[in-house]
Amino acid sequence: MTYIPHAPQERDAMLAAIGIRTVDNLFDAIPAKYRFPKLNLRPALTEMEAAILLNEIAASNESTRDLVSFLGAGVYNHYIPSVVDHMIRRGEFYTAYTPYQPEISQGTLQAIFEYQSMISALTGMDVSNASHYDGATAAAEAVNMAYANFRGKRSKIVISPTVHPQYRETIRTYTQGLGLNLSGDGPDTDIDASPETLTSLIDQDTALVIVQYPDFFGRIFDYTRLIESVHALGALVCVVVNPTALAMFKTPGAMGADIVVGEGQPLGIPLWFGGPYLGFFTTKKSYVHKMAGRLVGETVDSRGQKAYVLTLTAREQHIKRERATSNICTNQGLLALASAVYMSVLGKNGLKQVANLCYQKAHYAAEQLGKMDGYKLCFSQPFFHEFTLCCPKPVVEINEHLLEHGILGGYDLGRDYPSLEDHMLIAVTEMTSKEEIDLLVEVLQEASHD
Amino acid sequence: MTEPTLFDLSSPGRKGVTFPESDVPRYDLPEAAFLRADLPMPELAEVDVVRHYMHLSKYNYSVDGGFYPLGSCTMKYNPKINEDTCRLPGFMFTHPLQPIETVQGNLLLMFEMQEWLKEISGFAAVTLQPAAGAHGEFTGVLIMRAYHKARGDDQRVKVLIPDSAHGTNPASAGMLGLQVVQIPSDLRGNVDVDALKAACDDTVFGMMLTNPNTLGLFDENIEQVVKIVHECGGLMYGDGANMNALLGIVRPGDMGFDVMHFNLHKTFAVPHGGGGPGCGPVGVSASLADYLPAPLIGILEEGNQETPPLYGYVTPKQTIGRMKSFHGHFGGGLVRAYTYIAMHGADGLRDIAENAVLNANYLKARLEKHYTIPYNRTCMHEFVMEGQFEGSDVRALDISKRLMDFNFHPPTNYFPLIVHEALMIEPTETENKDTLDAFADALIQIAEEAKSNPEVVKSAPHETPFGRMDEVKAARELVLCCWLPENYDPSDIKE
Repeated sequence: MTYIPHAPQERDAMLAAIGIRTVDNLFDAIPAKYRFPKLNLRPALTEMEAAILLNEIAASNESTRDLVSFLGAGVYNHYIPSVVDHMIRRGEFYTAYTPYQPEISQGTLQAIFEYQSMISALTGMDVSNASHYDGATAAAEAVNMAYANFRGKRSKIVISPTVHPQYRETIRTYTQGLGLNLSGDGPDTDIDASPETLTSLIDQDTALVIVQYPDFFGRIFDYTRLIESVHALGALVCVVVNPTALAMFKTPGAMGADIVVGEGQPLGIPLWFGGPYLGFFTTKKSYVHKMAGRLVGETVDSRGQKAYVLTLTAREQHIKRERATSNICTNQGLLALASAVYMSVLGKNGLKQVANLCYQKAHYAAEQLGKMDGYKLCFSQPFFHEFTLCCPKPVVEINEHLLEHGILGGYDLGRDYPSLEDHMLIAVTEMTSKEEIDLLVEVLQEASHD
Repeated sequence: MTEPTLFDLSSPGRKGVTFPESDVPRYDLPEAAFLRADLPMPELAEVDVVRHYMHLSKYNYSVDGGFYPLGSCTMKYNPKINEDTCRLPGFMFTHPLQPIETVQGNLLLMFEMQEWLKEISGFAAVTLQPAAGAHGEFTGVLIMRAYHKARGDDQRVKVLIPDSAHGTNPASAGMLGLQVVQIPSDLRGNVDVDALKAACDDTVFGMMLTNPNTLGLFDENIEQVVKIVHECGGLMYGDGANMNALLGIVRPGDMGFDVMHFNLHKTFAVPHGGGGPGCGPVGVSASLADYLPAPLIGILEEGNQETPPLYGYVTPKQTIGRMKSFHGHFGGGLVRAYTYIAMHGADGLRDIAENAVLNANYLKARLEKHYTIPYNRTCMHEFVMEGQFEGSDVRALDISKRLMDFNFHPPTNYFPLIVHEALMIEPTETENKDTLDAFADALIQIAEEAKSNPEVVKSAPHETPFGRMDEVKAARELVLCCWLPENYDPSDIKE
C-alpha cells in the first residue's frame, strides 16, 4: 500500500525541474558504504490484508469485554458515550498540529481552554495546563516544579507510601540527576499509619509532600490538617487524584493543596493497554509561571473578536532551551479533547451519577465480600470505588482460579508491597453489574474451599 | 464569530448522557465533611455538545483539510485504516495490568514493533515506553548518564549541541543539570568540525545531533563527527525527528549513533491530534541496552510448530527505571504505527523517504529564484529560506499569515535560530505536484506583493475567520479559565 500520489510523468517533471536524472542523486551526501541498506522486513500488505492481520492480533487478546473485570489500580473501565469518539474522529481535530497559528486553530485552542476550565472546576484549583503524558509524569513534573520553586534550596521530597507505586517509580527515574532526597515510602513504612504521620518527616529542607486521593488502597482521607502542617514549614503539597471521585468528594483545592495532578483516563479514554492517557496538572494562580506545559489564554483578535492563544510560552523549551523547567513539547491534545467532550456530555448530572453508581456498587461488593469466610475488608476508612480485601491465601492463586471462570480478579498488591501478597485491590465502576459482583462472590467461595 | 464556551451554553437542569439506575441496595454516603458542596460543571444536552464541537472543528486547519508544510513536524497524510485498527475492541478494552496470558496479541504486536524499529534504525535494542519525542530524548539522556556512571565517568557534564538544534535537546540535557555547549555550524550547514574538536575533552557527556539537521541538510562529515565525539569518550545522541528522510536510505545505528528517539507521530503517520499524544520509542546500541527503561517486551518461552512463543515483560539488568506508568502509548501510537509499517515493507519505507526528499527539492527548485535560501545545496526532507526581502519591511511572520489567505498552513517560522526570518518548509511525501505548484505559486505571488503592495501582506490574514491575536494581552491578563479565580488580580502573579 502506498500513500504517495505521484504519477510517473509528474515525477519525471519534478526530477527535470531539480535538474537530476534519478532520485538516487539526491542522496550523495550520505556515506556510500551505509547508503540504501537492505531492510529485512515482511513484504508490504495491502490495506485489506493489514485489516485482517490486525483484527486477528486484537482478537487473540481477552479483553474486559470478554472477561468480568475487577481490575483498577489507577486505570478504570468506565462507559464512554458514543459521542466522544465521534467528536475526536473529526479530521479537523485529530490531523491538526499544535495550535501555533491561532488564526486557523481556534477549534483546538478553545477546546483546550474549556478543558482547562473544567479540570480547574473538578479539582477546585485556580489554573490547569493543557496536560501532560499521564498521571505519573504529571506527578514527576510536580516534583520538578516544587524543586524549581525553591530554586534548588530545598531538596527533600516526602512521598506517601500509598501513592501509586508506578508514580513513585516514575518520580525516581525523572529526578535521578537532581540529587534529591526522596523519603516517606521506604520498604518498612506502615501503610496503616494516618497521613499526619508524614508530618514527622517534614523539615525546613522539604520542598514537596505528595499524597494520593483516594489513595492507592482506595481510602479517602481529608488532608486538610496535613496540608496545614506542611504549609507551616513552608513546603508545598501535591495531591494525586482520581477525577471520577471528585464529582462526589471534597476537592483537594478546598483542603488547601498547592498542586493537584492525576490520571485523566477515567474521563472518557479507553483502557488501550496502558495508553495514551492524559495527565492533568493544576495549581494555584501564584505558581502559574512555575508550571510546565502548554497553557491557553483568552485574548482578542485584530477584529475585536474574543479568541484564544497559547500563552506564557516563554517558560517553554523552544524559547528557554536548557533553562526551561521541563522539556515537554507536546500535550495529550486529542485525549484532553476526549475528556472535555466526556465531561461536557455527562455534565454536572452525569458526572455525579457515575460517581454515585461507582460508590454504591463498590460498597455492595465490599459488603458481600467482607462477609465471606476467610475474607475481610482490610481498612475501615471511607472509600470510593476501590477497596482492599484481605484474602485467605496469595492473590496470585486466587486470580488464577478466577480467570478460569472468566473473571479478571483485583490487583495483586503483593506485586508492589511484598508483605501484602494476600491483599487484593478490587475496583468496581458503573460498568459492573450486581450479577457480576455476585458471581465474584460465588467463585471466590469455591476458591477458598479448594 | 467566536463560539460561546460550554459554560455560556450551559442551562441549569439540562441533561446529556444519563446512566441506568443502581441495581444494588442503597448505601449511605460518608459524612458531609468528606463531600463537595457544588459541582460547577456545564449542563448541556448531547446535541448542544455535538454542535459546539462541530462549530469549533470548522475553525481548525488540518492535514485532512489541506497542505500543512510545517517544517520538522512531518505533517503527512494519516491513513484512515489506522483509525480503525487502533479501535479494535481487543486493543481498546485491554487493561494494562491483565495477566500476560490474556494479552498475548498486544505483547506480540509490541515485540514485533521493537524488532521492526531495530531493523529500520540499526540499533540493538528498542524501548517503546516513552510518550513523545521529548520524553524519548529525556530517556536517552538518562541512559547515557547511567552508562557513564557505571563506568565511573562522573566528570562528564558537557553536552555538545549544534546551534541549529531543536529546543528540546538543550532542555532535555537541562533536566539532568548538564552543561550545554553550543557548537556552531559551518558555511555548508554542517557541524563545524574545528569547533567540535576544540570542545572535546574528557568532560564530554555526549553530543545531541539531528541528522538531517533542522536546515534539512545531511551532515557531510557525519562519520568524522561521530569519530571525534567517540574518541573523547562521549556518546552520540540522534534526534530522530527527521527520520522520515532516512527510511531505507541510511540507518543511524550504522553511522555510529549510540541512542536515538523515534517520533512515531511524525515518521510513521500517527496523527498529531492537535498537539499530542506523541509516541517516542528509543533505540540504543548494544553497549547501552542494559540501561533501557523497564519493562521491555521479550519472549519468555520459545514457541514451536504447534505453540506460539509466550511473550511477557523483561527488566533490563541496570535499568534507569520507569519513564511513565504502564507500557507506552500502545493504542493510539503503537497500533497505528504497526499498521503503517506492515502496509509499507522495506521498499515502501524507502519510497516514503525518496518522495519526501524529492518533494522538498522540487519546492526548493521552484522557490530559489524568489527567496534567499542560505546553505543552498541538495536538501533532504525540508529546507529553510529567509522570509525577508531587500527594501521591504515584510517579515517571515507576515508571509506566514498571508499564506493562510491562499488556504495553506504556514511553514515553521523563526526556526532554526541560525537563519534570519526563517521559513522552514517540509512538504512530506503525501503531497502531489499540483499542490506543491499551487503552494509555490502562492509564495511567489507573496514575494511580489512584498515589494508592490506590502500592506496586504502585513495586515494578513484577510480570509480567515479570525485575525491576528493580541498575544501581549493574553500574557498580561492571564485569563486561563472560563471564569476568574476568586479575588483575581493579575498583578499577584509574579514571574
